[in-house]
Amino acid sequence: MRNRSGIYAALVALALFAVGPLVVLVFNALKTNSEQTRNPLGPPREPTFANFEAAWERGDLATTMLNSAVITVGTVIGVCVIAGLAAYALARLELPRSGAILAYLLFATAIPAQLFLVPLFFTWTRIGLYDTRFGLIVIYWALFSPLAVLLLRAYFLTLPRDFEDAARLDGAGELRILRSIVLPLAWPGFLTVALVVGLFAWNEFFFAVTFIQSDDKLPVVTSFLAFTQNFTRDWGATSAAGILIVLPVLVLFLGLQRRFVAGLVGGLKG
Amino acid sequence: MTVPEVSGTAARPRAQTRPRVRASAHIRRRRRLGWLFLLPLLATNGLVVFAPSLANLYYAFTDWSGVGEATWIGLENFERMLADPEFRSGLWHNVQWTALFLTVPIGLGLVGAFLLSQIRRFQLTFRIIYFIPFVMASTVNAAIWQNLLDPDQGAGAELDRAGIGLLAGVSFFGDPDLALISVAFVDNWHFWGFLVLLFLAAMQSVDPELYDAARVDGAGLWRQFWHVTLPGIRPTLVFAMVLVTIWSFLTFDYVYIITQGGPAGATETAATVLYKTVFEYGEAGYAAAMGVGLSAITIVLLLGYGLLRRLGWQI
Repeated sequence: MRNRSGIYAALVALALFAVGPLVVLVFNALKTNSEQTRNPLGPPREPTFANFEAAWERGDLATTMLNSAVITVGTVIGVCVIAGLAAYALARLELPRSGAILAYLLFATAIPAQLFLVPLFFTWTRIGLYDTRFGLIVIYWALFSPLAVLLLRAYFLTLPRDFEDAARLDGAGELRILRSIVLPLAWPGFLTVALVVGLFAWNEFFFAVTFIQSDDKLPVVTSFLAFTQNFTRDWGATSAAGILIVLPVLVLFLGLQRRFVAGLVGGLKG
Repeated sequence: MTVPEVSGTAARPRAQTRPRVRASAHIRRRRRLGWLFLLPLLATNGLVVFAPSLANLYYAFTDWSGVGEATWIGLENFERMLADPEFRSGLWHNVQWTALFLTVPIGLGLVGAFLLSQIRRFQLTFRIIYFIPFVMASTVNAAIWQNLLDPDQGAGAELDRAGIGLLAGVSFFGDPDLALISVAFVDNWHFWGFLVLLFLAAMQSVDPELYDAARVDGAGLWRQFWHVTLPGIRPTLVFAMVLVTIWSFLTFDYVYIITQGGPAGATETAATVLYKTVFEYGEAGYAAAMGVGLSAITIVLLLGYGLLRRLGWQI
């Protein structure tokens, strides 16, 4: 028991390291620029929300947030469909050589982007997908589907087969079984995949900065880079923009983390 | 919906006498459907990853500029790459980056996870807090630290005002001697919480009786960590170290965002050199060769790891 307080002290120090910078970001977003120069790190004395308005206007966040939302939602839906179908085929339709396909998928999650970036860029330029949101979404489908297939297949394998077999005996087609029996049971697996893929798509930088150039198509994460470079003197507005970018992700993560853990603890008890 | 067991056993002889053709036709139909279900996955992956990867292998041996004809030049790109001071300096920075990432985040992850495994109250809270930087966007994380480490406005200046002049006027991202380690520090801040979760999950599956036995033998926390925890999570630890090494040789985002490889090439990595080679110098063939070289490092590491495991190494 003697060293419990020592453990907690060390854990608190690590926690300060993890979120201290985020706290300073929130402080700075609430300061005027004149207070910022006098008091760069401390809490604001006269909190103001003017920075958020300025960030929204000058960063054109209405446009870039919508772009990010379109890209993220398009990616999540596409990956769920592509990976859901493939995972079902691999888990249930007794494909020959499914072992080889799984091995390729495992390998595909590790292929460095640098191996295919150059030809992909010039192909996308030639077929008109460069600098389009759809072009980026298709890239994300390909990048995130292999991992999603592995996750969903593992989830499908834990589901009981009795209902499916019964429906098959009753003459139901595979598509109907997938839709009305597997999907209602598998939605927690899809929720996990949607969260992980949604996070990746919202935060992805390398392909977003390479494949989207026009201001009106930029997602928030790469447009924020231009914003920080254009408004280096306006740290208040920059901080506010940064908060608006990470807020949707944080809310979703904090909200569903609790639920996820509650389910896990309940499962352990049961 | 219910299929009683009795009818299952009763149906068996009937199923055997059933004409074989129908059963295999049924299986064939399901297989065809299976391939159909795989098609979107194979099509997107083929279009974005597989076909361009194969094309890249070809272009690596050409003088391609990105548009128009590509002329076969044999190994010229690879010979040039091995002698290229810019690429070699980039790779050397990758080596330093790997050394940093195999120690600092791995160490923080192990310490954080081990301490968390010792407590019950607030374990979930700490776990969530440590993971927060990992879910935040790289460009925002970079901006936060660029402000905190700013020589005029950041923590150094603030400490100086409080009488501690140690960091006063230090330009973390502008000083060629500090820039690489500073950029790596920001990436590490973003990344280490992920390792805490990974290691904690592994630690929770270590047999508690081993800890009890160690405690009976009078082992303190440190010796429990060294003799029970570390051996218990070794597979996860080794796997994490392989992944960290692979990612370190491909590192791009934080360097590109914070310093673009500067000052004076001090933070250039192999991936940023490749990027410049294709998008600034317009040498797509040469960049393709760099991509092959970088991927070779990944593949050698993965194959080596897989081979050692297959040979029965306990890693």
